[in-house]
Amino acid sequence: MNFNKALFFKKTDPQENGSDSISQEEIQKKEVADKVSDKMNDIKLSIQDLDFYYGKFHALHKISMDIQVNRVTAFIGPSGCGKSTLLRCFNRIYELYPGQYATGRIMLDGDDILAKGKDLNLLRSKIGMVFQKPTPFPMSVYDNIAFGVGLYERLARRKMDERVEWALNKEAIWDEVKDKLQQSGTALSGGQQQRLCIARAIAIKPEILLLDEPASALDPISTLKIEELIDELKKDYTIVIVTHNMQQAARVSDYTAFLYLGKLIEFDDTQRMFTNPRKKQTEDYITGRFG
Amino acid sequence: MIQPIINIRLYRRRRLFNYMVLFASVLTTLFGLFWLIWLLWTLFSQGFQYLNLDIFLKATPPPGSNGGLANAIVGSLMLTVVGVLIGTPMGVLAGTYLSEYARHSKLATLIRFVNDILLSAPSIILGVFVYEIVVVSTGHFSGWAGSLALSLIALPIVVRTTEDMLRLVPNSVREAAVALGAPQWKVTIAIVYRAARSGILTGILLAVARISGETAPLLFTALNNQFWSHTMNEPIANLPVVIFQFAMSPYSDWQHLAWAGALLITFSVLALNIIVRLFLKTPKSSY
Repeated sequence: MNFNKALFFKKTDPQENGSDSISQEEIQKKEVADKVSDKMNDIKLSIQDLDFYYGKFHALHKISMDIQVNRVTAFIGPSGCGKSTLLRCFNRIYELYPGQYATGRIMLDGDDILAKGKDLNLLRSKIGMVFQKPTPFPMSVYDNIAFGVGLYERLARRKMDERVEWALNKEAIWDEVKDKLQQSGTALSGGQQQRLCIARAIAIKPEILLLDEPASALDPISTLKIEELIDELKKDYTIVIVTHNMQQAARVSDYTAFLYLGKLIEFDDTQRMFTNPRKKQTEDYITGRFG
Repeated sequence: MIQPIINIRLYRRRRLFNYMVLFASVLTTLFGLFWLIWLLWTLFSQGFQYLNLDIFLKATPPPGSNGGLANAIVGSLMLTVVGVLIGTPMGVLAGTYLSEYARHSKLATLIRFVNDILLSAPSIILGVFVYEIVVVSTGHFSGWAGSLALSLIALPIVVRTTEDMLRLVPNSVREAAVALGAPQWKVTIAIVYRAARSGILTGILLAVARISGETAPLLFTALNNQFWSHTMNEPIANLPVVIFQFAMSPYSDWQHLAWAGALLITFSVLALNIIVRLFLKTPKSSY
């Protein structure tokens, strides 16, 4: 893929026709090689030949892609294209429903997530997930955060207080809820609930954060807040976001994958994808000709 | 200018139909309420005059002498409490199994079917059943047998309401908890039960209300006792059977006691319902 990119640049770059084109090309090749080796070390999730089935329905076809560490990767595509399905493979949450299964491999730091006998609870403590609809638990704001933390850590009350504050602060919601910690999480506004859910997910300090259309049920202001948070969070987390909103993908992500009918059509730098898509289908979708 | 396309006749017809249906619904509601209020009023006007302190302090008397219903009240409480204690844990666990662990399995379908049969089984059949397996084998009527019969009536109600209430909890909440790495038992206890707790408690309460007035199964099991008895191993006095016996008797003082007892059962169940409703009134929740 990176090599292709170099070819692409070669064709379009006017400098290539200059007298020092050879040295330019060499420099570029070296850069690409550096990038490749750099990326090899920075792969957080490596998806290899992933197929997914809802019973008899074949929902994902031979998906292969690498997700970079500390970057935001966005999945875009029309409804039903499989982007949420793909996301749900990463923490194997589909296993809650009999009849759904995946084949292939998803390597997390060199360890196959889809392997039999994998401890799913441990896996999910490393991979946080936030859903489309805010899902606060029917308990206080404080307990909403403490519940997840308490699953894997024994913290003294004071330490727990600190952790709750840390997580809520990280989500820029602390100021709004610090006087309501003992109130029910379900009594917050929709945007606050969603940020509470993200805070809950990061409170257990996962390595990867999966966001399944986290802003699609929210108003523009809340959406903006969440997008700012995503930008902030990628310093510490690897983020994968599913979105319907192409502007959102363009705004928040470093890499974008376009899926269509269960197939990965194109996967590239977000900037490149949106300015110069390689496939016609991608271009049609991005420019709004279908979907 | 665009002509609005409104078929005014169609609209009027729909509005008329709306009024008709609304009228019919109000009428049927009033019809139902009418009997309920009549029943409560009759009970109140007939029974209230015979309520006095003796009812709560003295045991059931022989005809012609002074007495109360104290032994029957205590016996009824014991039978109901033990019956609920047997039926509720089983019912809640079975409902949890059906909703959380085996939702789509064949076994669950079978259990649901059997549970529905049990739910609609005539209570006298359950009484005879317990008579056969407990009273006959132990050789005597007893409070235990009565409680067992009552628990068999409570069980399917609790199973059904627990399952229904748990299923009302949206899957997205379960997924959110599972996504944090919580094991399923923890998700069920800490999240799902909490989201459904008022529904489950209401179901248990419905079961209490139902069994506290049951007569038929007790006739075959706990029977009755003219005297004070606190041992579950013996026949035990209870309000429904006392009401049944006293109301059928030719003695007017016994009949008065029956009225008082009926009033007592009805209004304590009503009070129980209201109290629990008040307690469960939690702040607005989105579930």
